[in-house]
Amino acid sequence: MRQIIEGYPKEPRYLLATLQDIQEHHKYLSVESMKMVAEYLGVPESRVFSVATFYKALSLVPQGKKVIKVCNGTACHLRGAPKLVEALEKELGIKNGETTEDGFFTIQTVNCVGACAMAPVVMVNDRVYGKVTISQIPEIIEEERKDAV
Amino acid sequence: MRFETIKDLEEYRQGLLASAPDIPHVWVCAGPGCLANGSMEIYEGFMKYADEHDLKADIDLKAEATGCQGFCERGPLVTVRLSKDANEIFYQRVRPKDVPEIIEKTILGGNVVDRLLYRDQATKSKIASTSAIPFYSHQKKIVLRNCGQINPLSLDEALAADAYAGLAKALSMEPAEVIAVVKDSGLRGRGGGGFPTGVKWESAAVVDAPQKYVVVNGDEGDPGAFMDRAVMEGDPHTMLEGLAIGGYAIGATRGLIYVRNEYPIAVDHLRIAIEQAHECGLLGKNILGSGFDFEIEIVRGGGAFVCGESTSLMTSIEGRAGVPRVKYIRSTEKGLWEGPTVLNNVESWANIPQILLNGAEWFKSMGTENNSGTKVFSLVGKVKNSGLVEVPMGVTLREMIYEIGGGVLNDREFKAVQTGGPSGGCLPASELDRPVDFDQLKAAGSMMGSGGMIVMDDHTCMVNVAQYFVDFLVEESCGKCTPCREGLKAMQTLLHGLTSGTAKPGDCAMLKEIAEHVRDTALCGLGKTAANPVLATMNWFPEEYEEHEKEGFCRGGVCSGLYALEIDPDLCTGCTLCERVCPAGAVSGEKKKPHTIDKHACVTCGSCIDACRFKAIKVVRRSE
Repeated sequence: MRQIIEGYPKEPRYLLATLQDIQEHHKYLSVESMKMVAEYLGVPESRVFSVATFYKALSLVPQGKKVIKVCNGTACHLRGAPKLVEALEKELGIKNGETTEDGFFTIQTVNCVGACAMAPVVMVNDRVYGKVTISQIPEIIEEERKDAV
Repeated sequence: MRFETIKDLEEYRQGLLASAPDIPHVWVCAGPGCLANGSMEIYEGFMKYADEHDLKADIDLKAEATGCQGFCERGPLVTVRLSKDANEIFYQRVRPKDVPEIIEKTILGGNVVDRLLYRDQATKSKIASTSAIPFYSHQKKIVLRNCGQINPLSLDEALAADAYAGLAKALSMEPAEVIAVVKDSGLRGRGGGGFPTGVKWESAAVVDAPQKYVVVNGDEGDPGAFMDRAVMEGDPHTMLEGLAIGGYAIGATRGLIYVRNEYPIAVDHLRIAIEQAHECGLLGKNILGSGFDFEIEIVRGGGAFVCGESTSLMTSIEGRAGVPRVKYIRSTEKGLWEGPTVLNNVESWANIPQILLNGAEWFKSMGTENNSGTKVFSLVGKVKNSGLVEVPMGVTLREMIYEIGGGVLNDREFKAVQTGGPSGGCLPASELDRPVDFDQLKAAGSMMGSGGMIVMDDHTCMVNVAQYFVDFLVEESCGKCTPCREGLKAMQTLLHGLTSGTAKPGDCAMLKEIAEHVRDTALCGLGKTAANPVLATMNWFPEEYEEHEKEGFCRGGVCSGLYALEIDPDLCTGCTLCERVCPAGAVSGEKKKPHTIDKHACVTCGSCIDACRFKAIKVVRRSE
């Protein structure tokens, strides 16, 4: 953690970048990590909290091993993304934004991953599934679960 | 290698061009669409085959992974050119197992692989050459000219394609002359607003300040748009060159590129390009012996739509929550860190090197009056040929959707086209012959925006579309000003009432009133345009709002519970496609005989409507 934080010069402008790096390595921002960042960069804790809660890329709660991002950009929305979210919620027994009890899966909707020609798109971590149909959802989960175990 | 002077650079470029061997060239598309379809495996397949068969890279053939080639619908794409003067052969929907055949038959044998060619739907004939495919033949590429043509990680390839020639030319001119060229060209901001770029530059150039900045807005947040991603990933040096020219023109020694969080590949490619340019003296101190110093750094966005607004973006670069400010002082006087700042979007910057190189008149020769040049669109949604297209300004919507896009998916009826993202609007079929430029779209109640163009068919509910954008904007509103924060919430509640069948009489009128207030009173550009999706759909599709409010009926067949589905026995061929996609098992029937839908089992998900190729599924009012 300290290594990540001290990789940046002690200037307030690196606040967002530092938090993003922590998010990437630890999958969320703990209270301790935010305190450390505030102290190192010399900014108030309130400002760290403000930034941490403003940006979508940052999360205050741990994310699942596999983050399922359902793209809900306009093209994906038109081609049925909301129905995919419903199917995923049913399959995993959690709501959009939540993480399964075993910590394997988190469902998120995101605004356009920039692969509109493949709509509707579902990303599981960095893996992209294009032209997804409702009936493919159980297979995708099955496959990703095997991988997560 | 380090270029001390402009002459060094030009000599090196000439050397590259002269020494390039005339060998078969293979370009494998590694744009976002093709990558997701496994194009890297294809690229590796070429390398592996060459290795195993004693073919030498750069002697026998050259295979490269490139940025987006545009025709994402048909990916993964592989383009082959046998020699310098030969036509490019366009292979589509290529699989890794096709690689040996492409090498043996085409590269070594000189013949095309017929089954991988594009088949034109209109003429039913196969087309081998890229330039003859309608999707490409109507395009004119300036911004995307190198995307899909060069390896984005190779400086040499960029240089062979004229990279930094525009900068070299600019450095031999006076800064004021550079601004004059950009002004004369008539280039308008491609981020959506359409403000004249040269005028913006001039207003920053005249301010005297110790430190000025040039900034790239690469926070492409409009859903349904991926033009900027393609440029940053596929041709990063053009981005750096444009920015350096801007820096020289206004007297800024620092440039920043703000890249959207969701685009990690763009960050990587830009970072590599910056290192390469630095090493050979195209960035850094005393560039090409001109005395001009320029440094570029990358800032990653945090995933907030409002950061696409210029003042929010600058606040975000400063390491704060990205909220906008009132622009009573322009950013060109006091922007980033209180310094005069010119902020343009990716596509605007990418036009700059070519404008410098070819001149203002050349740029003005394309497009329409007051709208010179080209515009890149991401043509997506319910259209046959999804992908990235660049066309001269003034091309009609019809040409875009029917000639380039190949028409509506499954030949369904066209209902609307959405442009301008969450700040834009939808235009109906009666507007299809409208030329596409900044002024024309604005006059029709939509806007150019950054270039998302989303085609909608009759299985689209316009109230649902408005709700979609308002949901998006509620989520993304920064909350600083009341009209946007509260107005959008109120609009959202009314829209959800309409789409769930619980609307009260008068809700549509109330919705319109609130929308107009938001438009008139919000603080920033995004807030002021936030009501556009509602106002535009209400203007062009009033009957749909009325049906939702008064009858609880959704003619698009989208709003769950507000419609029923029937199969037209005269149109149904009994192909069983609908039966197979139905998640509820509500469709039944014998093969080759008309099917029926059990209305009680049907969950109205609409999967069958999209699956049916014969338009046999009808949306009807619910019978009580």
